[in-house]
Amino acid sequence: MNIVEMTATQLSAAIKAGETTAVEAAEAVLAQIEKEDKNYNCYVTVDRDGALAQARAVQKKIEAGELTGPLAGVPVAVKDNICTEGLLTTCSSKILHNFVPTYTAEAVKNLQKAGAVILGKTNMDEFAMGSTTETSAYGPTKNPRNTDHVPGGSSGGSAAAVSAQECIFAIGSDTGGSIRQPASYCGVVGMKPTYGTVSRYGLIAYGSSLDQIGPLTKDVTDCAAVLEALASHDTKDSTSVSRDGTDFTAALVEDVKGMRIGIPNDYLGEGLDEEVRTAVLQAAEVLEKKGAVVERFDLSLVEYAIPAYYTIAAAEASSNLERFDGIKYGYRTEEYAGLHNMYKKSRSEGFGEEVKRRIMLGSFVLSSGYYDAYYLKALKVKALIKKAFDDAFAKYDLILGPVAPTTAPKLGASLADPIQMYLGDIYTIAVNLAGLPGISVPCGQDGKGLPIGLQLIGDCFQEKKLIRAAYTYEQREKKF
Amino acid sequence: MSKQYETVIGLEVHVELATKTKIFCGCSTAFGAEPNTQTCPVCTGMPGSLPVLNRQVLEYAIAVGLATNCDITRYAKFDRKNYFYPDNPQNYQISQLYLPICRNGGVEIETEEGGKKTVGIHEIHMEEDAGKLIHDEWEDCSLVDYNRSGVPLIEIVSEPDMRSAAEVIAYLEKLRQVIQYLGASDCKLQEGSMRADVNLSVREAGAETFGTRTEMKNLNSFKAITRAIEGEKERQIDLIEAGESVVQETRRWDDAREKSYAMRSKEDAQDYRYFPDPDLTPISVSETMLQEIRARQPEFRTEKMARYREEFDIPDYDIEIITGEKPLADLFEAAVALGAQPKKVSNWIMGETLRLMKEREVDASDLRFSPENLAKLIALTDTKQINSSVAKEVFEVMFEENVDPEQYVEEKGLKTVNDEGALKKTIEEVIAANPQSVEDYRNGKEKAIGFLVGQTMKAMKGKADPGAVNQMLRELL
Amino acid sequence: MANVINDETIEYVGILAKLELSAEEKERAKADMGRMLDYIDKLGELDTTDVEPMSHVFPVENVFREDVVTNGDEREQLLSNAPQEKDGMFVVPRTFE
Repeated sequence: MNIVEMTATQLSAAIKAGETTAVEAAEAVLAQIEKEDKNYNCYVTVDRDGALAQARAVQKKIEAGELTGPLAGVPVAVKDNICTEGLLTTCSSKILHNFVPTYTAEAVKNLQKAGAVILGKTNMDEFAMGSTTETSAYGPTKNPRNTDHVPGGSSGGSAAAVSAQECIFAIGSDTGGSIRQPASYCGVVGMKPTYGTVSRYGLIAYGSSLDQIGPLTKDVTDCAAVLEALASHDTKDSTSVSRDGTDFTAALVEDVKGMRIGIPNDYLGEGLDEEVRTAVLQAAEVLEKKGAVVERFDLSLVEYAIPAYYTIAAAEASSNLERFDGIKYGYRTEEYAGLHNMYKKSRSEGFGEEVKRRIMLGSFVLSSGYYDAYYLKALKVKALIKKAFDDAFAKYDLILGPVAPTTAPKLGASLADPIQMYLGDIYTIAVNLAGLPGISVPCGQDGKGLPIGLQLIGDCFQEKKLIRAAYTYEQREKKF
Repeated sequence: MSKQYETVIGLEVHVELATKTKIFCGCSTAFGAEPNTQTCPVCTGMPGSLPVLNRQVLEYAIAVGLATNCDITRYAKFDRKNYFYPDNPQNYQISQLYLPICRNGGVEIETEEGGKKTVGIHEIHMEEDAGKLIHDEWEDCSLVDYNRSGVPLIEIVSEPDMRSAAEVIAYLEKLRQVIQYLGASDCKLQEGSMRADVNLSVREAGAETFGTRTEMKNLNSFKAITRAIEGEKERQIDLIEAGESVVQETRRWDDAREKSYAMRSKEDAQDYRYFPDPDLTPISVSETMLQEIRARQPEFRTEKMARYREEFDIPDYDIEIITGEKPLADLFEAAVALGAQPKKVSNWIMGETLRLMKEREVDASDLRFSPENLAKLIALTDTKQINSSVAKEVFEVMFEENVDPEQYVEEKGLKTVNDEGALKKTIEEVIAANPQSVEDYRNGKEKAIGFLVGQTMKAMKGKADPGAVNQMLRELL
Repeated sequence: MANVINDETIEYVGILAKLELSAEEKERAKADMGRMLDYIDKLGELDTTDVEPMSHVFPVENVFREDVVTNGDEREQLLSNAPQEKDGMFVVPRTFE
């Protein structure tokens, strides 16, 4: 088997068995990037020398028996909004075109501890604001399954890199679906963990109360292994949760007997593409045949998640992005007259259109006289949405539905109408508002050969149930 | 001025807390370091960094709240205050608006007329300090140092209960005293560890509603506060008398020119878009936490005064002065604990210490000499090893350099000469050299003896006990 | 469109957010924000009386650090990304009148 085709679990086993080495693995993946990335533009930065140096160091540790886990020697791609010391981190924005972090994000440190080799930084929607990876200042990423289409977003570079075999696995961040949706569009597995499971220290914030880092992998087994490495209680992140049972690979069991799965009627309604609907319902049938108890129910409030989300995310973003001012790092305009003009010009020239749109909306909803009507109202709706999920999880172990209403749209078709683009987040966004874990697993393709994703949503801290169900579903072809 | 006006004043007092580290990161808060050497990704607003609350900040804030009779908020949160300025690296300040840690308190002050009055405290909240901006004259630009960025502050917001500069000063002194007693801050106005912004409005005497208020900033001494209040009161009354109206605005006091200036700018919208900081968790104050903090509260001034009256035979006036400043009370108690007589310690504090503090403009919290050395000095005089003028001389050196008086007296040879033979020899020489004075004395002129004592002391280079000299002179004459 | 955003509002939001828009961008921003607010107004359909606003999803409280110095001198790293520095400090346009 060719190295670039392997999963992390397979590759680490091969390295451990002495069939190949971490250095050969890094070289193979770097060669694939060299050959393919001009077609897809998955990466903003490729750290060839750094990757090879890391691979050599890791190989020694593997040989010394110090590294034995499933990520030892495995090349990984990191989304460009996650800080890596000494390695350019741009958030795909002009305003950070030259920003080299002085420290490494906790999540990346955890991967390094597990022996993963950082290849470089993947393209994304600017500051993770977008659903197509077209708002990047460094050009759009293309969907490796069909280059006329977008890879989804905002972690489009990470999803496409996994799909194009330009890495063995990747990490991304998910604020409203930014891991699950591109995973679905590119035909890979993507997971957003429970809020607080993976440290946000070093993740350049978009919506702080919604952001979570998570894995994008070739299969569910890798997804569990990567999440196991990523998860940690970090004292540098006040919202990091100290939790037990993060041995997620222990949940790789083919067994859903008696598992109660609910499909929200609200997730199958208007706007859902017929082919997507069919594929998702077929996936539900597979789980039912394996012994799960599947039924339909009304989740309610689904149409309120998007307006609540965009209010909260924009408000937080407007504040989070204030620090980009041309003083401490990043882009500063050439000519200016005084302090405030310097701020305005640097920010207006440094940020792209979608980012400016959300900053302005966020500043407005927090401004004097509007705070109660918009921001506070959205926080109350968030409480209602959380309650709706609590009620659902009193009855079901998991919620099943599509990831997105359609398969990947064509390049250039989405940005003209922002609200239409935001509507594409309808099935993923509520999961972030309620802090829940969600996974996207490939469940077929449409007539054009574009992948379709199945979404499973669990209650807080119930990743293991997600992994068990997703793994069981993934085994269907082998045992059916 | 035909009408009578009343001044209405409320204060926003910022106090820098005496923690070792900043409010949200493990950087040192020590003074005087090279620019930007006490910084990290958190306090410089690096992308991806996150704040974690210093427990000591919360405990100090609660302790101050308890000592000022506030209700402690059992479920408190931090909010972001958004505004762009280069000393604020995130361009938002983490503060508290919606659920501040303390509310509805007050302290009692004495009014000019000698009565008592309560100044209400609206709230106390925790927040982070900003960095420092330094103007670069050569390049016509400003430079930013983030060493102070993230230093913990509490802001104590009073009710508009004060009516004069004297009441404002009394209130500030009361706060300073309470906070110093808690050890929560050294409260130095000059160094900025205590800063007061004055909200002031005027209204016709007897009016029910408040006038339009202004906020005055940059007040860094009690004198500046007094002058600014007088100046602003007059400015507002002049405006009203001229039929103009007072504009609600923030003004900057220039103490050198004794004038204030409006700080308005088109780019300064004063719309801070506060919202709960999603990076910090809410604070839940349990009964246990409160009890622990209560148990650690120190003896406050009133209790201390009562105890001093009970334990020490010193005048009420001394007690009032010594307990008025925590560092003086600490010095007093420590010296007494080392065995020095309370009355003598009190005399040294009330006399030479206060005199030199005033003369050299030294704050009580900046006193350099240790209680050990004061106790030693007192012991040296008690045992008549040095006389009182030598003791004052030694004290001055101690005040500046905290020298060990025993060592110093030894090294400089300042000990009283107790060798009777040497003394007798010197006196005989003085008698021989001053026949006129000797004759005067013998003719009943008492004053002449003083001259002869002085001459002897001079010849002994001050190292004699004047009493002993006097006695021996009389004997020999 | 129920929410009409006028020039003044866009100008004001520009001051708050420190963004300077071209005439063309302003027109688009006015239209976008108006549409977005219309959409957000949908939240008004829900009765949220007596609902506590939820800023944190989990009841995680009282996360503290102890008052111990853990950081050293990181000035060199701090300034490594500065667009302009002098004497160990960041250079900004003058802030004093």
